[in-house]
Amino acid sequence: MALLQRVAETGRTPVGFVLNGQALTALAGDTVLTAVLTHTAQLRHSEFSGEPRAGFCMMGACQDCWITTESGQRLRACGTFIEEGMRLVTGEEGHE
Amino acid sequence: MMERLSADVAIIGGGIMGSSAALFLRRMGLSVVLLERDLCGSRSSGVNFGGVRRQGRPASQLPLSQRAQGLWAQLPQLIGIDGEYLRSGHLKIARSEADLAALESYRERTQDFGMDLQILSARALRERCPWLGRAAVGASLCPDDGQANPRLVSPAFALAARRLGADVREQTRIDEAAHDGTAFVLRSGNALEVRATHLLNCAGAWAGTIAAQFGDAVPMESGHPEMAVTEPLPVFLNFSLGVEGGGVYARQVARGNCVIGGGRGYALDDQRARAQRSGIAALMQQTVDLLPALRNAHIIRTWSGTEGYLPDRQPVLGPSANTPGLIHAFGFAGGGFQLGPAVGAVLADLVQSGRTATPIEAFSVSRFSESPRVATTGPVPSAVV
Amino acid sequence: MTAALQPVIVGAGPAGVRAAQTLVAHGVRPVVIDEAPRWGGQIYRQPPPGFTRSKRTLYGFEAGRAEALHSAMTNILDRVDYRPETLVWSAEGGRLDVLSHGRMGTLPYGQLIVATGATDRVLPFPGWTLPGVYTLGAAQVALKYQGCAIGARVVIAGTGPLLYLVAYQYAKAGARVVAVLDTASFKDKALAAPAMLRQPAVFAKGVYYLGWLRAHGVPVHQGVRLVRATGGAQVTAMRWRAGAAEHEVACDAVAFGYALRSETQLADLLGCRFSYNALQRAALPERDGAGRSSVPGVYLAGDGAGIMGADAAEWAGERAALALLADAGKAVDAARAAELEAKLARTAAFRVGLERAFPFPQDWAASAPDELVICRCEEITAGQLRQCVQDTGAREMNRLKALTRVGMGRCQGRTCGVAAAEILAHACAAAPDAVGRLRGQAPIKPLPFAAMARANGEAA
Repeated sequence: MALLQRVAETGRTPVGFVLNGQALTALAGDTVLTAVLTHTAQLRHSEFSGEPRAGFCMMGACQDCWITTESGQRLRACGTFIEEGMRLVTGEEGHE
Repeated sequence: MMERLSADVAIIGGGIMGSSAALFLRRMGLSVVLLERDLCGSRSSGVNFGGVRRQGRPASQLPLSQRAQGLWAQLPQLIGIDGEYLRSGHLKIARSEADLAALESYRERTQDFGMDLQILSARALRERCPWLGRAAVGASLCPDDGQANPRLVSPAFALAARRLGADVREQTRIDEAAHDGTAFVLRSGNALEVRATHLLNCAGAWAGTIAAQFGDAVPMESGHPEMAVTEPLPVFLNFSLGVEGGGVYARQVARGNCVIGGGRGYALDDQRARAQRSGIAALMQQTVDLLPALRNAHIIRTWSGTEGYLPDRQPVLGPSANTPGLIHAFGFAGGGFQLGPAVGAVLADLVQSGRTATPIEAFSVSRFSESPRVATTGPVPSAVV
Repeated sequence: MTAALQPVIVGAGPAGVRAAQTLVAHGVRPVVIDEAPRWGGQIYRQPPPGFTRSKRTLYGFEAGRAEALHSAMTNILDRVDYRPETLVWSAEGGRLDVLSHGRMGTLPYGQLIVATGATDRVLPFPGWTLPGVYTLGAAQVALKYQGCAIGARVVIAGTGPLLYLVAYQYAKAGARVVAVLDTASFKDKALAAPAMLRQPAVFAKGVYYLGWLRAHGVPVHQGVRLVRATGGAQVTAMRWRAGAAEHEVACDAVAFGYALRSETQLADLLGCRFSYNALQRAALPERDGAGRSSVPGVYLAGDGAGIMGADAAEWAGERAALALLADAGKAVDAARAAELEAKLARTAAFRVGLERAFPFPQDWAASAPDELVICRCEEITAGQLRQCVQDTGAREMNRLKALTRVGMGRCQGRTCGVAAAEILAHACAAAPDAVGRLRGQAPIKPLPFAAMARANGEAA
């Protein structure tokens, strides 16, 4: 279930990306965090407890919103804009 | 109102050397006052790389190192915690044929010390360590060397000593140290005076001042090895890693962070040090070459500490050359962590009986009080590095 | 005799922008380093290109100030060296260490104005790591910067003036605010009214927001204690206590915070002297009335060295720039400098009033259960911290960090530092100013190995 709810600015250019192998759509100007959390409820899972995480401060301070790409790159979801064709993974419960 | 204490042994310095000495002395039933300027284990002993390693040490250190290895095996019995000590093995990488020859020669020279070194060919290395970068042409593995968490281990020695009855005084800087003909007399401001029959100088990078006060001047310099750590990563590095020729070392803790070290930081003041940018850049570059899996990782924290270095990179361990009752243990040149428990045991031996079964002649402070060479016009002999 | 002027400003929020404007007005070209893609800081954060809402919609009552601040920078853009998307991660030997677009570099400076701002002050409750639980600041960023609400049924919790502002902004934007839970009581606010009336416009806004929320049927509860957030894959309810009774409200998002905390890491690495500020309940870099730190050539402006609010941050930025210029031998308007210092001094009484109206919950640590996660990066609980104090006698923050790993994670104590200090102080029966503060260590934020990739293409 999506966490974030769009309440404004919905007239933007669609941007296609892939999350956990599934093709999804975001809007140009979305951060990766927005792109992902308007579709689902986690960005990653904790390395230790395996519990889901979906960011916390949205301003680049808390370092909670790291997300991994399919090629293994790590990026901060709140500080990176979604780009066409990005391939992201949120990991499985209990794994990063 | 000055507090006055009296004990068999006073120890200056609450790092792993002083704290383990305090512990062993208490086990022998001797009374101990341990004086630490800050918090026990807050300096080098608490911020070093965490390697618990025999391989690579000069032969003169190996008996001491072997004794330490035996004590590390009993760490929980000594200090009540496991300190994250793991015999993960220490893998020393050769990046050239000459390096590999040096590793093979070391293995041959040190066969009697029970390290069970195994030389790995390039092919064996690829199979066992697929995470290793292309630069490795071979390696030497010491299967029972390992790693531990210095932040936990070093303070725990002091705590264990305290629990056995050592009087441990933190935030207590020694302003005056002298011998009044009967006993050593140490003063901390106007608050504390300690009298003791024996004095152990375990003051780390700052021990040279105390040594000089008692006639044992040594040419010690401070150095600041740099460290950095990554975020938690999937576990891939199953050995503690070093390279022949030095320069970079790495290990991965159970929680997944990779600790890397190498290069030189700088002193902020006489007590604190910090990693420096040129060193960090070089360290990151070298490490990602060695461990390509780190290319997507991040450094989340850097630090440094203050180590004491003597010109021959060997410590001073043993009785004062000038002042009876004073025993030194300092100048471990960044390699003291693994030796720590044995150094404490040796110090306790020396206090108790004046002797120790562990050979320590190579570490005598007297080697610095030899008569000076006659000046020549020839090239100055370079210090052994 | 004028000293060589090579000023660098770190931060492009209210303080940084006004500092830049002031320097430019005196014929100086500063470098302005900004972690964000566009100036404005947090409070006046500008949405990405292509977003269409008006400033009135985005900033409400602050639209005028936002517009003024934004255009102040726009007007000088050709006369400053503006470096967006650039992180300062350390400083050494008269140069800043920067990371920009994945590349590391250094930047020399002759003088520095540190305007690094603030983040939310966090006192966690059980369940705070659940997806859907965010800071008040995050809730604002989602709305202002991305046109999103953090959920469909949002609880706004904690205390501070931001509480009511965020609730109002959300409700006005069409998001459903199911409850406002303020740990401060009505009595706290009543007692603070005289002090708060020092800034009548600000006070009036607060009264307005509260009135508006009530008039629009948003349940507002004051004097409560936050108990826990519950849920599985995300938050589904918030439990809270009023007096003896415990209540629960169904929700799919919680935004919380207890005022702000300063981002002081750069000031720390620069060697600025810190001292404890009782009102802010934090160790802060010292600054004089003009913003001079203890390090010659380093000036501190805005929330980054003590929370002062956005208006005051603008004055502080201008004042620090004037001090920088004067210290370098340039002529400045002394009357204006004095006027700014007087305005800054007058805000102090208002800040006292704010703290009285929205007091820091002094009993938070005492009521924090052992299973509460304090450090969310490393997942260290209050119980683990207390056990460490009991086992080892630890009484100092860096020792607690070394032994328990609290503050050792990616955020390096930014999120957990306040809460950890409260737990430590309570556990060893010490005053909050007696447990020390986490030692600053570079990098200020994580540094990618990829930034060191060789030129021969071994890049990530």
